[in-house]
Amino acid sequence: MSTTTVGAPLTNSLTAGKLPKHTSLAVLAASWLVAGAVFLMLQLSGASEDFNIAGTLVFGTVLYGIAIYLLSYFVEGVRKAKDRLVTALVTAAFVVALLPLVSLVVTTVTNGLPAFLTPTFFTSSQRNVVGAGGGALHAVVGTLLITGLAGIISVPIGLLAAIYLTEYGRGRLARGITFFVDVMTGIPSIVAGLFAFALFSLLFDDPGIRFGFGGAIALCVLMIPVVVRSSEEMLKLVPNELREAAYALGVPKWLTIVKVVLPTSIAGIITGVMISISRVIGETAPLLIISGFTASMNYNLFSERMMTLPVFVYNQYANQGTDAQAYIDRAWAGALTLILIVMVLNGLARLIAKIFSPKLGR
Amino acid sequence: MTTAVDRDALRTTQRVGDRVFSTATIVAGSLILAVLAAVAIFLFVQSIPAFLAVPEDFDPGVSNFWAYVWPLAFGTLWSALLALIMAIPVAIGIALFISHYAPRKVSQGLGYIIDLLAAVPSVVFGLWGIGVLAPMLQPFYSTLVEWFGWFPLFAGPVSGTGRTIFTVAIVLAVMVLPIITAISREVFLQTPVLHEEAALALGATRWEMITMAVLPFGRAGIISAAMLGLGRALGETMAVAMVLSPSPQVIFQLLTSQNPTTIAANIALNFPEAHGVGVNILLATGLILFVITLAVNMLARYIINRRKAFSGAN
Repeated sequence: MSTTTVGAPLTNSLTAGKLPKHTSLAVLAASWLVAGAVFLMLQLSGASEDFNIAGTLVFGTVLYGIAIYLLSYFVEGVRKAKDRLVTALVTAAFVVALLPLVSLVVTTVTNGLPAFLTPTFFTSSQRNVVGAGGGALHAVVGTLLITGLAGIISVPIGLLAAIYLTEYGRGRLARGITFFVDVMTGIPSIVAGLFAFALFSLLFDDPGIRFGFGGAIALCVLMIPVVVRSSEEMLKLVPNELREAAYALGVPKWLTIVKVVLPTSIAGIITGVMISISRVIGETAPLLIISGFTASMNYNLFSERMMTLPVFVYNQYANQGTDAQAYIDRAWAGALTLILIVMVLNGLARLIAKIFSPKLGR
Repeated sequence: MTTAVDRDALRTTQRVGDRVFSTATIVAGSLILAVLAAVAIFLFVQSIPAFLAVPEDFDPGVSNFWAYVWPLAFGTLWSALLALIMAIPVAIGIALFISHYAPRKVSQGLGYIIDLLAAVPSVVFGLWGIGVLAPMLQPFYSTLVEWFGWFPLFAGPVSGTGRTIFTVAIVLAVMVLPIITAISREVFLQTPVLHEEAALALGATRWEMITMAVLPFGRAGIISAAMLGLGRALGETMAVAMVLSPSPQVIFQLLTSQNPTTIAANIALNFPEAHGVGVNILLATGLILFVITLAVNMLARYIINRRKAFSGAN
């Protein structure tokens, strides 16, 4: 062997037996080209009317997976080949998940923008509106009031319970709470609504009860376990060394928790609270049941039906009036508003998380 | 003497804060148990009239409450199962992509995107499912029935609108994806860096490093994420209520215009107009849904407890 390589440039032993750096990109491009060529032939032969772009990308990507695996298998061996295949799969998973989401956002923005931009959308309610016009002010106010109240009740309870579970909880009570918090995370939103309805219709002896506070209670049932689960997960990840160091300095347990454990995990906790708020702010079913729907303004959480944005969207879509397109437009505009509120909330939470998170090694 | 006094003072100052704080946490924890008990009790109390309801209270052809609720319960489990089968592998893939494959600089932004998606309200998914997804998938369904109609699940006749249980399952899968992803990613990111570096230093490829260090560390997190996803899929109401064209029967075919509806969707569609015993019947189906989710969660919990392996990171 060595005699044949005399005179040839020395091979780099570090890169020997490896595919060149940009092989995967080249193979991907080639696969798409091949798939495109196949679909082009299908088109030219008259089997399909127009060029199938989606098919090209899908089959091209599948082809890439096979090609890169085989290529890498013969050049680099089975371990590297598996690694490259998984890289392709994982990246594909991400792209696949983005597709519906991009489609959803684009549809919401294009369909929702016309009604969203009408001047009355945020200045008036649906009272006495038939057909086009009117707005969603009553729904926006209702959503903010109900979700805000739910958050004020849920976050302290959830966080304290999480602290109990990670810092204090021993024995049966802690095990019971952990278990039932898990059970509660699985409570369907509509069951929470039914619970609030069952509770308040018994309490006030009113078989048709509808009011905003009941909605807030229903949302609390949904929100508390999510806050507990996510906060607990984050508190558990705080290294025990930090706690032990604080105890060694003579710091009381509760101060250790407040000054050491919570600040270390605050970013994760805020992410969890954020997820829980964004989960409940879009909840339709419980509010449909206990808060009902109305076309009028209502600032009072404790009496009368209260409209919320998700119910507004559903109601506009489900009960289309004479000018159906106006109702569908308003439904999309409501959807757009909801998404915007959620985005603003998330942005704020990110900002807070960034400011308060401790600067750790990574 | 002085030392004894000092020790005493030290003890009492420790105790006040500690006692208040720990009591507060215990109260908060117990409150959760109380709420759960209240959910079960109040739903049960309000459901009693439904269990005693006579055939005249139901639709024609339904003799009692159990005959009414069985097809709905089947639809609930069937759609959630289909959704999870689609969602879990993709979700783990996305979480790994964000935590270990994407470049560090971009991964923060990608995580932000997924967080935003976790927050898209179900009613918007419903609008999207009926307005975009169902019409888009209908031709695909026709082809599928034409070519693979011999396979029992894909048997025809195909739905003309695309509003089938399969569309619903896809919408549900998309809806639970962000939740499963967000939590798995959070856990994957917490993998001890030393474990990862040790695996890489031993010559492991990236995938081998993930199977050796990341996945074992994140296993409990993945299962709890999947549980949250299942909870959302089982109880998801609005997307199902809006997308599905329902018929209360037990049907396994995925692509026909006859689809088993879910308990939650059935409640949402009928509750605003219900009155008298009708309200109690719907509350009772809610109780059944509650019992189903309870059973599923207990099973999931059992699996986690059996499989829990500590990585020694702590």
